[in-house]
Parts: sequence; structure tokens; C-alpha cells
Amino acid sequence: MRDVAIIGYGQTKFGELWESSFRDIIVEAGVKAIVDANIDGEDLDAMYVGNMSGGLFVGQEHISSLIADYAGLNPIPCTRVEAACASGSLALRSAYLSVASGHHDVVLAGGVEKMTDVADATAAIATAADQEWESFFGATFPSLYAMMARRYMHEYGLTIEQLSTWSVIAHDNGSKNPYAQFRFKTTLEQVMNASPVAEPLTLMHCSPVSDGAAALIVCDADKAQEFAPKDDIIYIRASTQASDTISLHSRESMTTLNAARGASKKAYKLAGISPDSVDVAEVHDCFAINGLILLEDLGFCKKGEAGKVVGDEEKIRIDYDEFVTVNPSGGLKAAGHALGATGIRQVGELYWQLKGDKNCKDRQANIKNGYGISANVGGTGGTVCVHILSNERK
Amino acid sequence: MVVRTWRHINERYCLIGTRCKTCGRVYFPSRNVCPYCRRKGKLEEYKLNGKGKVYTYSVIHAPPKDFEKIAPYVIAIVELEEGPKITAQLDCDIDEVYIGMPVEAVFRRIKEDGEDGIIDYGYKFKSLEN
Amino acid sequence: MKLGIVGYGSYIPKYRIKVEEIARVWGKDPQSIKKGLIVNEKSVPAPDEDTATIAVEAGRYALKRANINPKDIGALYVGSESHPYAVKPTSSIVAEALGITPDLTAADLEFACKAGTAGIQMCMGLVGSGMVKYGMAIGADTAQGAPGDALEYTAAAGGACYIIGNIKRELIAEINDTYSFTTDTPDFWRREGKPYPKHGGRFTGEPAFFRHVINAAKNLMEKMGTEAKDYDYCVFHQPNGKFYIKAAKSLGFNEEQYKYGLLTPYLGNTYSGAVPLGLSNVLDNGKEGDRILAVSYGSGSGSDAFDITVTSRIEEVVNKAPKTMDLLNKKKYIDYSIYLKYRGGIKI
Ligand SMILES: [Zn+2]
Repeated sequence: MRDVAIIGYGQTKFGELWESSFRDIIVEAGVKAIVDANIDGEDLDAMYVGNMSGGLFVGQEHISSLIADYAGLNPIPCTRVEAACASGSLALRSAYLSVASGHHDVVLAGGVEKMTDVADATAAIATAADQEWESFFGATFPSLYAMMARRYMHEYGLTIEQLSTWSVIAHDNGSKNPYAQFRFKTTLEQVMNASPVAEPLTLMHCSPVSDGAAALIVCDADKAQEFAPKDDIIYIRASTQASDTISLHSRESMTTLNAARGASKKAYKLAGISPDSVDVAEVHDCFAINGLILLEDLGFCKKGEAGKVVGDEEKIRIDYDEFVTVNPSGGLKAAGHALGATGIRQVGELYWQLKGDKNCKDRQANIKNGYGISANVGGTGGTVCVHILSNERK
Repeated sequence: MVVRTWRHINERYCLIGTRCKTCGRVYFPSRNVCPYCRRKGKLEEYKLNGKGKVYTYSVIHAPPKDFEKIAPYVIAIVELEEGPKITAQLDCDIDEVYIGMPVEAVFRRIKEDGEDGIIDYGYKFKSLEN
Repeated sequence: MKLGIVGYGSYIPKYRIKVEEIARVWGKDPQSIKKGLIVNEKSVPAPDEDTATIAVEAGRYALKRANINPKDIGALYVGSESHPYAVKPTSSIVAEALGITPDLTAADLEFACKAGTAGIQMCMGLVGSGMVKYGMAIGADTAQGAPGDALEYTAAAGGACYIIGNIKRELIAEINDTYSFTTDTPDFWRREGKPYPKHGGRFTGEPAFFRHVINAAKNLMEKMGTEAKDYDYCVFHQPNGKFYIKAAKSLGFNEEQYKYGLLTPYLGNTYSGAVPLGLSNVLDNGKEGDRILAVSYGSGSGSDAFDITVTSRIEEVVNKAPKTMDLLNKKKYIDYSIYLKYRGGIKI
């Protein structure tokens, strides 16, 4: 297997992009990434694009052809990848594997979701859960995570204040991210008193409905030197993925994501590091509880301790030095959650953070060891994809 | 959607799942492959008795279109006596539910495919405490 | 050959609305309505309940009491004037949910408020002739009165199920005989596609309800050679409390005899469920040897009368399922706006 590098990144703003269509945003992100990597479109050997549901959100399947066409990149092969909200990082993983195998040299890994063309995204989002045995009976997507939160509170004594602090920190970080959907700060009271969505979760524990697209340029590590200066090259040290039951109710435990534990354990092994070495993490906080659970499943704290780490001590903040910086972008909560684009955006943030990019100058994490990790979750944890990035090739 | 409704009538009306004769595990909804025994597993139909306890729950305030009329309502994961956990609504007041509450399956309308479409029936659970 | 009831079960939705609440909306005097109809409140089905779900719940309780294999039931009839579908049987839904399928005959019945008792008679015929081992008859309704109409104060929801058999040791109550009285008397009707029924006002009284109930009762008693005093209990159809008590008294029954059968004052009129529910409450309170006269009434019009004797087995089964009064006493009051939302009065 060859070493694989990231040499460029581009994204649209996440949010309600009324003026822009599905094809507008993915082309915008793709062109930005290509320009950022200092390559030409013709240098691409392939494109992989994550998208959860073009069919339900904009009534369009066969988006692979649409994207290649509107990017002006025919006949470069384009492939759509889908695993609900983990679609983006699966596209990256597909790109990674195609380069590592030696089959391709330069590949675009993108993600896109246009969610606001439908008046109510609830039904489409719910298709990430088991349609026959969860959604059919009236379970909404937020309610599944709410049931995880309720169970977590029951098992570990997590308080609503501790949980809500996640959102406060997310908005503090998001306020420093020009691409973020929400740039306003919030307070504990505002989070707890927001309108209830699925108890115990309020609107302010939930990530928003977002339009957005993001794209990375992935390249063989040797060839990367031809395009990019050394400081602009960040290496993918691990790309892993694990599966779990599609239904939440089929799991033995609802306070841990087995797929996240499995994928991250394997990723640490591949990268040859332990969680202590990680400087910055982008974790999938579609709902605040998932952020806390992932801190534990990625090995940053023990089971049941995330409430204290996040809520009482606020160790995940950018300026807290003795702990990993978590979601400097604002995470899904504040930066926005354009489903298929999220996994790419998470890794894009790590790319910027690790190379000290000007785009994150107001929210720069302290990079000591040079490692970043992302965890992108599909559904309620049926698919989890983990990437470890480093500014060192080995 | 008529056919999808019809295909699951046995499971949704009568809580018929499957049991693996090899390892004894009970599955609901039914499976064709036992995830533990795989090819060594031998699955047979198994009727659940409908009794269990609330494992976790949420009160839904932002319902999908099909459930607007009954919101806010309680959704729960119920741990059945035979082992499987299932997602279902609870027929109880929103301030009545707690983790561990004993419940029993009841037969209810779940939703309908518009005013002129098919009516979907299935299980909900009621509290056994009053 | 003896035949009778081997299992019974009832079901009443938990929601109630008071006469005061309905009267408040329409600017009527609640006291005169309550006194005039002898009805204080009525049951309201939850939005996830209908005739099929009520029938299934009642059926499950009946099976618990009967303790028989559901597959031995060879006929199932669901009597109702509020079947969930205009075309598509309720009985097939109920048969599937009770685990009776596929070896049975099933049909939906409609005869205003007496379709449930008509089902009992059909089961008696099939069981008596040996065509089936057991028959199941259910009377259930989620009746609706037009907003503002007098029926709105009484039209309620509930139902009861009876399993009919002829194995002597299994009988909870023997049905000694039955008799029906039927004429074409259009006192109440609902045309196809219309949401609410219409009725003939005071015409529903003497020429309709009273003529049929009293003739059915008298003719059965004449056939049996009995008088009112030979019965421990009686049950009549009960569109309201007033008609019930007047019919009972005119036939010579006293309050001790008719009190258990009368549920309408705190339940309302459950239409096809009315006599089946009233009878279930009598059975809940019955003991060996008790003799019961039950007379239904369905507008349009007809009455089915039954002469029943309770057996010693009643004591074994009565606590195997919820009693009717327990169901009636488990209640939650709602106001008119929630009532309207639940009953489809608000289009969303
Ligand atoms: Zn097995």
C-alpha cells in the first residue's frame, strides 16, 4: 500500500443557501479544492462523492454523472458513495483506498447535501434509521439520540447541564469559523430552555438542517511533492470503518457506539499512536450526546466520564492545553450538518488545523504531536468511519 | 406501501419473531441469519408474549407528519421478557414513563396512508402499573 | 344440546368527555340534558383507536378467559356501524391479530346497534350445527354524532367479545334460547359517504326502540314460560339511561335486576358494543345459577333477546382479564377541543 496525502481542500459555507442549487454547491467546493491543491482538473484520475439522499432532498439520483458534467470534468470517473451521514468520510475512504492501492494517483473526495429545497427534511433524515422497525412506529431521528441520552443519564448520572455545555462550547468555536452556519454564541440557559425536540434534547442540542459541500484532493504521497509545498501536505495515516446494527434497539448497549470503538481502535493501531497523541479531533455531534459518547469511544476519557470532562471542566475547549481540542470548527452543532458533506468537512478542518491554515487562525488548536482524528457517524452508529491525519508521513 | 404493510402483518400484529435453535437467542424483528451462529444457526418462528420493561424513552415534540395529531407522544425502547429490545410508542401520559416501567403490548393504529389509503396497525405498549 | 359462552372480554378507551363540556360549546343547559338522557359523560377513542383495535383488545381478553387455542375458532363476526373501512373487512384484521387465521370464516356485520348480538346468534347457529368448534362474536363501535346534535352527548366508543362453544365443562354461561323481532322502521340511518347519522327525533322512541325491545323481551319470556321475577339480571340496549330504565320498568324489572347492565350514564352509548358491554358487567358480577335476560336494539329496526344462565365456571375465569368496571373507572377527561382533534373534527 502506498502512503496517501491530502494536498488541497475547499468548502462552501454551510447553512441555508437559498440562492444555490445542489450542483452549484458541489461544483463550488470542488473547484476551490482543485485550486487550493494547485492542480488542474485534468490531473484527477477519479472522483468519489458522498451524498446521503439526493433522491429525497432534490429528487435527483445519478448525481455522479451530474457532478462530473457540471464540473466540466467528463470523462473522469465519478462515483457516489452513501452511508447516511457518514457518506462523506466513506467517499474519502474510497478515494484513499484507490490511491493507496496504486490504481489512482490524484483523486477528489467530495461530499454534498442540499437539504433546504424540501419544506420538511424530517422524513428524509429519518431514512438513516430503520424504516420498518423504528421510523414506522413514530421514532424520529432526534428521538433515537434522545433515547441514547436518556439511557446515558440513567447509567452514568449525566446532568442536563453537563450535556448542554457541549452546545455552548460548540457555538463559541463556531463563532470563530467564517464557514459555520451559526456564528452566534449561546448560554447554558438558552440551550436548556430552547424548545424541546425529543426530551431530554432541545433544539439547541441538535445540529441544524444545512446545505453545504466540501472537497479534498487526495494524492499519492510521493507525487504530492510535485504539486504542493511541504507545509501544505498532510498525510492520511489511517482510514477505517466499522458497521453495527441499523436499529438502535438491536444493540446491547445504547451508551456506546461499537462501530466507533472498533474503527478508532483499528485506526490508532494503523497510525501507530494512542489517543494521548491526538491534538485535535472532529467528532460527529449531530446531537450533543453523540459528542460525549464519541469522546469515550475514541479513548479520550473513560466510559461515563465525558459529562465531567465536557460539562464541569470544559477540557475540550481550544484553549485547554492538557486535553485534545474537540470540534474547533464548531462541529455539526454550530458549523452545520450537510449530511453527505460533513465527513469531508471534518477532515478538511483537521487539514487546516494541522497545517496551521489561515482559515482557522481564530480557532487554531495547539498542535504538539501533529495528529488529528475525525469520527463520522452514519445513522445512530450503524456505520462509523474514522480518519487519522498527521503532518508527518511516518 | 400496501405490500410492505402486508408483509409484516404477522410481526406487527402478533409479535412473531424468530428464535435460533442453535444458540437460543430470540430475535425481533425476525432474521433469516443468526448473527452469532450464522450458517450454523437454525431459525424458527417464535411468538413473544408482549411483556417487558422500558429500557429508554423520549417524548417527541417535533413529530413527523404521520404523527402530528398525537404529539407530544412517548417513544420507547422496550426490553421484552424473552430478551429482544424493540422500538414502539407507549400509550401513557408523558410524565408517567420511567426507565424500568413494566409494560405490555397493545394493538393500535400506527398510521394511515392518507384519508383514502391503507391503515397500518401494530403494537404499542401500555403501562402495567395502573 | 347446550351451548353458550366460553369466554368474554370487554374494552373501553380511557378518554372521557363530560356532558357539561359538550353543552358549554353549544350553549345548552347541561343539567337538563343529564337529567333528560341520564348520561353524565361518555368514552372517546384515542386517535390511535378504532373499531378494529377495540375488537382486538376485547378479543384478547376473551381468549384469556376462554383459555382455548385461537386456531379452534372457526367463525369470527365483528358487528359495528363504524368499521374503519367502508370496503375491507375489520374481521380479517381482528382474526389476524388474535392468531385465528387462516382456517376460519369471517365477516363484518352491520345492523346499527345490534350487529354484535346478531353475531352471537350466527355463532350459536354454526356451533349448534357442528359446523365450527367455537365462534367469536364482537360488538364494537367508535360512534359519532354530528357536532351539536343530541347524539353528540352519548355517541361513545367501546366493545365486547363473546366466544361461543358447546363443550359443557367450558361454558361460563349457557344460552338457553334466543329470539329476534325485526321490522323496517327507519328511525336512524347514515347514507353512504356521509360522516354522521341522521335520526327521526322522537320517532326513535315508541315505534322504534320501545316497540322492538319490549316485543323481543316479551316474546322470548313467553317462549321460555318466564316472567321478569324469574331473572336475576337484565340488560337492554341503552342509547341513553332514560330509555333503558323505562324499558326495564315497563317489563316489570326493578333496579336490583337492571343496575349492572346499565353502563350508559358513565360510558355513553357504545352502539354495537352496548348490550355486549352491559352483559359483560353482569357476568363480572354473576354467580352460578344467575339467570339473565339480554335484549339488544338496532335501529332500522330489530331486537335480539337472549335467555342466559350463569355456570359455576364464572368464578374461575372472571379475574383472568380486566373487569368492565375496572376499564370504565380508568379514565382521563378531555376538553372539547381535544375531543374535536381526536375525532377528526380538525383537518390537518
Ligand atoms: Zn444462533
